[in-house]
Amino acid sequence: MKTFAESNFPGRLIAVEGLDGSGKSTQIYLLKRWLEAEGIKVYFSEWNSSELVKSATSKGKKRELLTPTTFSLIHATDFADRYERHLVPLLRAGYIVLCDRYVFTAFARDVTRGCPAEWVRGNYSFACAPDLTMFFKADLEVSLNRILEGRPKLKFFEAGMDLGLSKDPYESFKIFQGRILEQYMAMSKEFNFVTMDANVNVEKQQVIVRKLVSEKIDLKKFKRKSPLPLPPSLVTDRDAIEAEEDKAA
Amino acid sequence: MSAKKSHKFYGHGIPRVKPEDLGGKLIVVEGADGSGRSTQIAELVNWLETSGRPTVQVGLKRSTLVSEELEKAQDGNVLSRTTLSLFYATDFADQLSNIIIPALKAGFIVLADRYIYTLMARDLVRGMDEKWLKNLYGIAPVPDAVFYLSVEPEELVQRNLSKNATLDYWESGMDLGLSRDVFDSFLKYQSSMQSAFKAMQKTYGFDIVDANRSANAVNKELRKKISSVIDAE
Repeated sequence: MKTFAESNFPGRLIAVEGLDGSGKSTQIYLLKRWLEAEGIKVYFSEWNSSELVKSATSKGKKRELLTPTTFSLIHATDFADRYERHLVPLLRAGYIVLCDRYVFTAFARDVTRGCPAEWVRGNYSFACAPDLTMFFKADLEVSLNRILEGRPKLKFFEAGMDLGLSKDPYESFKIFQGRILEQYMAMSKEFNFVTMDANVNVEKQQVIVRKLVSEKIDLKKFKRKSPLPLPPSLVTDRDAIEAEEDKAA
Repeated sequence: MSAKKSHKFYGHGIPRVKPEDLGGKLIVVEGADGSGRSTQIAELVNWLETSGRPTVQVGLKRSTLVSEELEKAQDGNVLSRTTLSLFYATDFADQLSNIIIPALKAGFIVLADRYIYTLMARDLVRGMDEKWLKNLYGIAPVPDAVFYLSVEPEELVQRNLSKNATLDYWESGMDLGLSRDVFDSFLKYQSSMQSAFKAMQKTYGFDIVDANRSANAVNKELRKKISSVIDAE
C-alpha cells in the first residue's frame, strides 16, 4: 500500500484512528482549525458520510438488515464515493486532507465481524495509504467510560450485537471494542501507525499532534496562493479599502 | 430432491456460512436486455413450481438494502466506477445473505436473473482490475449451471426498439463515450460485453445458448439442460 506522497500526489492525507471515545475526533478537529488559521488548504472527511450511500446505511442499521458482508460492502461503497469524488481531486489539487477514520477502521471492524482480512483489504486496495496515521490508544476502560457515560443508549451494530457476544448491549460493546482494539494493535506496525497516548489531556495532546504534523509535512508548501474570497457582505468594503489604498499610493 | 449438499464459493465466501450446508440448486441465466432472459425465467419458474419444486428468484438491483438508492444514483449518473461497482456488490451481497443462502440451505432451487458475471463484465469493459473484481465476488457460491443467452447485437437492437422504442442509456454503454450516437454506442457496447462474456466462459464454464431462436425453442433447451442438472444426484 503506497502513500499519497509515494504515489506522487501533490497533496497529503492525515488519518486518525482509534476506538470511539479515544478523543481522536476532537484532536483532528483542533488540527483542522489550526491548519485553516495558518492559511493552509485543508479538507476534512468523516467516515460514513457520503450523502448518496447514507440513506441505505441508516436503513440497514435501523432495520438491523446488515450481515458482516453487507456491512463491510456498504461502508466500502461510502468510502469509495468520498474517495473518488472528494479525496482524489483534492489531493491532486495539493490539499491536506484530514480523515476521521480511514480504511483501517474497516480492516479492524470487518475482520472482528468475521470477514476474511484479505477480502476486506482487497476491496479497499484502490485507496492509497495515508501519509500520516495517528492511532489514539486509550485504555479500553477509559474509552468505554467516555462513551457509556455520555450516551447511555447503544445502537445495535455499534455495540456489536450482531455478533451475538452477549445479550447485554453494554457487555457486548465492551467485548466488541476490546476485539477491535486487538485488531488495531495487530496492524499498527504494518501500516506505520504513530501511536498517541490518548490518556493525556486534550490540550497537551494537541500540542503533540501539531508538532508531529509539522515535522512530518512541510506545511508552508500547502498554503493558499491567494486569500479565500470574502463573503459577499464584505466585498464592497474591501473594494472601498482597495480604492483608498490605490489613492494613497 | 436428495439431501446431497455440495456447493463451493469462488473465493473466501461469507462469514459463518459453511459451503457444505448449501443444498438445493443455483441456476443462473445471463444475457443482455432483449435476450429473452425475463421471458425464459418466468417460464422456468412456472415449469419448476408446477412440477413441485420450490423455487426462488433473485436478480440485479432487487435488494431491500440498496435497490432504491442504486436506482437513484444511476438516474443521476453521479457515481464513479469503483463506487458504483461496490454499490452493486452490496446489492448482490444483500440478496446472497437474505435469499440465496437461506434458500439453498432449505434445498430450494434458486433462479438468478443475472449474477456476478454481468457485474464483472460491465466493470471489465470499463477497464476495472480483474483481480480486484475476483476478490470482491469471492463471496459468491459457484452455481450448478450458468446459461448465457447469446443474441447478435443487431438482433438485440431490434428487440429493444420494438419493446421500448428507445435504447437504454446504460445498456448502450453511453457512459463510456464510445459514440455520441446511441445506436452506434449500443452496438459497440453490446459486442464488447459479448467478448467479455466469451472471455469469461473459459474460466467459469458458461453454457452458451443460441437465443436468436424462438422463445419456445430456447425454453425447451433450457428445460432439458436444467432437468439433467437437477436429476444429477
